[in-house]
Amino acid sequence: MPGRGAPGPGWGLLLVLLALGELPRAQGVEEKPGGAHGESQGFQVVTFKWHHVQDPYIIALWILVASLAKIGFHLSHKVTSVVPESALLIVLGLVLGGIVLAADHIASFSLTPTVFFFYLLPPIVLDAGYFMPNRLFFGNLGTILLYAVIGTVWNAATTGLSLYGVFRSGLMGDLNIGLLDFLLFGSLIAAVDPVAVLAVFEEVHVNEVLFIIVFGESLLNDAVTVVLYNVFESFVTLGGDKVTGVDCAKGIVSFFVVSLGGTLVGVVFAFLLSLVTRFTKHVRIIEPGFVFVLSYLSYLTSEMLSLSAILAITFCGICCQKYVKANISEQSATTVRYTMKMLASGAETIIFMFLGISAVDPLIWKWNTAFVLLTLVFISVYRAIGVVLQTWILNRYRMVQLEIIDQVVMSYGGLRGAVAYALVVLLDENKVKEKNLFVSTTIIVIFFTVIFQGLTIKPLVQWLKVKRSEQRDPKLNEKLHGRAFDHILSAIEDISGQIGHNYLRDKWSNFDRKFLSKILMRRSAQKSRDRILNVFHELNLKDAISYVAEGERRGSLAFIRSPSTDNMVNVDFSTPRPSTVEASVSYLLRENASAVRLDMQSLEQRRQSIRDTEDMVTHHTLQQYLYKPRQEYKHLYSRHELTADEDEKQDKEIFHRTMRKRLESFKSAKLGVNPHKKAAKLLKRERVQKRRNSSIPNGKLPMVSPLHDFTITEKDLELPDPEEAPSYDAEEMSGGIEFLANITQDTATDSPSGIDNPVFSPDEDPGILSAVPPWLSPGETVVPSQRARVQIPHSPSNFHRLAPFRLSGKSVDSFLLADGPEEQPHAPPESTHM
Amino acid sequence: MGSRSSHAARIPDVDSIRRETGFSQASLLRLYHRFRALDWNEKGYLSRVDLQQIGALAVNPLGDRIIDSFFPDGSLHLDFPGFVRVLARFRPVDDEDNRNRDPKEPEPLNSRMNKLRFAFQLYDLDRDGKISRQEMLQVLRLMVGVQVTEEQLESIADRTVQEADEDGDGAVSFLEFAKSLEKMNIEQKMSIRILK
Repeated sequence: MPGRGAPGPGWGLLLVLLALGELPRAQGVEEKPGGAHGESQGFQVVTFKWHHVQDPYIIALWILVASLAKIGFHLSHKVTSVVPESALLIVLGLVLGGIVLAADHIASFSLTPTVFFFYLLPPIVLDAGYFMPNRLFFGNLGTILLYAVIGTVWNAATTGLSLYGVFRSGLMGDLNIGLLDFLLFGSLIAAVDPVAVLAVFEEVHVNEVLFIIVFGESLLNDAVTVVLYNVFESFVTLGGDKVTGVDCAKGIVSFFVVSLGGTLVGVVFAFLLSLVTRFTKHVRIIEPGFVFVLSYLSYLTSEMLSLSAILAITFCGICCQKYVKANISEQSATTVRYTMKMLASGAETIIFMFLGISAVDPLIWKWNTAFVLLTLVFISVYRAIGVVLQTWILNRYRMVQLEIIDQVVMSYGGLRGAVAYALVVLLDENKVKEKNLFVSTTIIVIFFTVIFQGLTIKPLVQWLKVKRSEQRDPKLNEKLHGRAFDHILSAIEDISGQIGHNYLRDKWSNFDRKFLSKILMRRSAQKSRDRILNVFHELNLKDAISYVAEGERRGSLAFIRSPSTDNMVNVDFSTPRPSTVEASVSYLLRENASAVRLDMQSLEQRRQSIRDTEDMVTHHTLQQYLYKPRQEYKHLYSRHELTADEDEKQDKEIFHRTMRKRLESFKSAKLGVNPHKKAAKLLKRERVQKRRNSSIPNGKLPMVSPLHDFTITEKDLELPDPEEAPSYDAEEMSGGIEFLANITQDTATDSPSGIDNPVFSPDEDPGILSAVPPWLSPGETVVPSQRARVQIPHSPSNFHRLAPFRLSGKSVDSFLLADGPEEQPHAPPESTHM
Repeated sequence: MGSRSSHAARIPDVDSIRRETGFSQASLLRLYHRFRALDWNEKGYLSRVDLQQIGALAVNPLGDRIIDSFFPDGSLHLDFPGFVRVLARFRPVDDEDNRNRDPKEPEPLNSRMNKLRFAFQLYDLDRDGKISRQEMLQVLRLMVGVQVTEEQLESIADRTVQEADEDGDGAVSFLEFAKSLEKMNIEQKMSIRILK
């Protein structure tokens, strides 16, 4: 903030919690030798040099304070579930600012526009772009653009003009403002703020379309704001009477230049970034750096060319995400994800805290009740009117109608934030005479929208959405079928292609496939682009890693048999010694089940009859373990969270079950046997395979007949051709997989106590101990688990997850075979397959 | 929005499909595009594999059963009218629809009963008009995480059947099924906004 006593270059931060009074003294004593050997002259062993570290030290301390505050907020779940974090941070900032003011008698710190625009905003916007749900975003681009452009212009014009009108009526008293100043103020207060909107909407779970519209609007309206702001600022500088029609025309032209130019810069840098990451195979360790540096450069470049920097970095993130994610290694991708979330979340925290701190400064406050109140009224009212008008137009063309509730949320969610504050602080006091009034009003508006609207929007959404009927416990049937309906609905949405599957997207994906991907993606990545396959590959890798980690943690593989593992459904009954396994499994089953029951019963038995208790247990189990439908758990975009493990686990489970089932029904169709015969047959086949494996000491699998139908399966399912796939990530995977193989070997040999289960005795199962990881053998890379399945035929639980295609004849999943028969008559019988 | 590139006239039998399903012209056109996109090798019909290609369905616990319900009576081909007919059940219920409808006409595809019937046949695999305990158990296995033991599942299945079973035959008939859900807003819950 120019002209104010901020000590640091930009940050101007100070140590607050550690007694500000200490600071001058500390600075005073900095030359004083510290330590016993201190002499006035000569070499000093220890010196205290505060000035030397002052700036970075203060910055680090502020970040620490903000982060600690976040920890503090989340100690009380009750508070954070009601009050949005952004509001808490502002209040904290106010308190801290108050302490600083009381100690220093001058407001030493504030959020300066330089720091905000150069260091705090870019990570947030990049994060938004990089994790943007592209399909949804482009599906609603028309709507978003209308709100962002027309909506913002409308807000700016109406707010500015109305304020001017009231001013002329004399209600505001004597102010030194002209029409242009009002329009300037209108333009900076008009824009919905991406930081504030996200901070609040993240906690309000609205439907995805609504979310993307508000979110997209807040990102894209930047261009409009920048142009309006620049235009009116130059008009104010010029003086009202000198503005000509030519200037206005120039303003309109500059809007297109700024917005399209910014977008173009972003796209160009996204292209560069994707291209660079294609060749980082040998410098994996700095791979993530490119993502950040190049996107940041896109921001700076476009700032340099006075284009819309926010648009540039947004589109850089949006355009590069697909190629970057495909190119960089899995570890790098994780690094990028976490770093980006950390930076964005941290920047957001600091922004809100400093908004609070900045407000505590007697110098900037100039109160004018009419002006402040009317601004609040106008921005809310005109936002609502604008939304309703535009929605009315849009709904004539939109497939997904925006209903009244959506419009209410959209109007109410028009939060203003730090962008407006930074812009208003940037104003030149010499040109805009009433700058301080604008600053104080902006602060009030921000606080009002973030705190008041942020607090009330959640109850509002709940109140609007839920037409509360009578409160009662749903019956079991309702619970179960209700969940089934959710799944059905999401499946139907997927099948019907939820958001318009239109011509442009087809064209684009063609173009992408034919040209862009060829240039921007690694060859290996191009081949492994099949989505299902990717999911599958990731799941397998994660399984393998977590399996090894679990093994390490427990020091042996004994845990595989533990009842706590989750795959009771998948327990394999076709082991050579079924009696032992079955007995132990059913024993564990019983033990496990009763443990749960006992636990529940001990809590409730006194009050309820056994019957009720059992009912409750049932409800409880369903409540806890019913798979959640997609909408409930996949939130679109979250600045603070990456997808939780829970969801991945669920997807993984379902995916494996689905795939196994499909393979079974495919095989039944292919073989043309009836389900009952088939089960027996599969059982037999497994044994045969196992015997084969036992005879192959190094675990290399010969390409023998059982694999043929797997190959066919792959082709029929349109998976990439196995023969072409071997280069597929071989290098980067080898580390992890060898590791897996080694660990497996180590644990197996080091702790024989852990392998008393026949399943793991080495003579029966050399595949486990193979030094050649199953994943790496050429030819089968596409579906690693099949190999895993054949090599590790009889592993009960965790290993089982490595082998989703296993065909255990008697597994309890065998009811799934029932799904197959319709296909059978069409397939020729093939009884001599073995 | 968009999709001006082709006309509804290209859809075979467009008028009779519209009458039957109640879809608007625009929706039909959009679904037709979707149908064609799913039919990637332009066979003119969809096979199971085409639907299995949709990645999200692989992580839907009921995904494969829903795919199966697009292929009634063991057929292997799904043509466009069949495709739309299934989707039509998920069309939101319109007040106007009910008012203007001649009571003698057959129930519209998106009626409450038809929505329920769709769900019911996902359970009733053997098509005997009843959800047996075994069928209930199978669905439960699909929908409940593997943490739950088989014993627990069985007891849940028992309870669920008992709760709905009124005539004591140990199975849930369609009427019982509908009855057990009478308090639920099926019209809303089983409708997709985009399928107008």
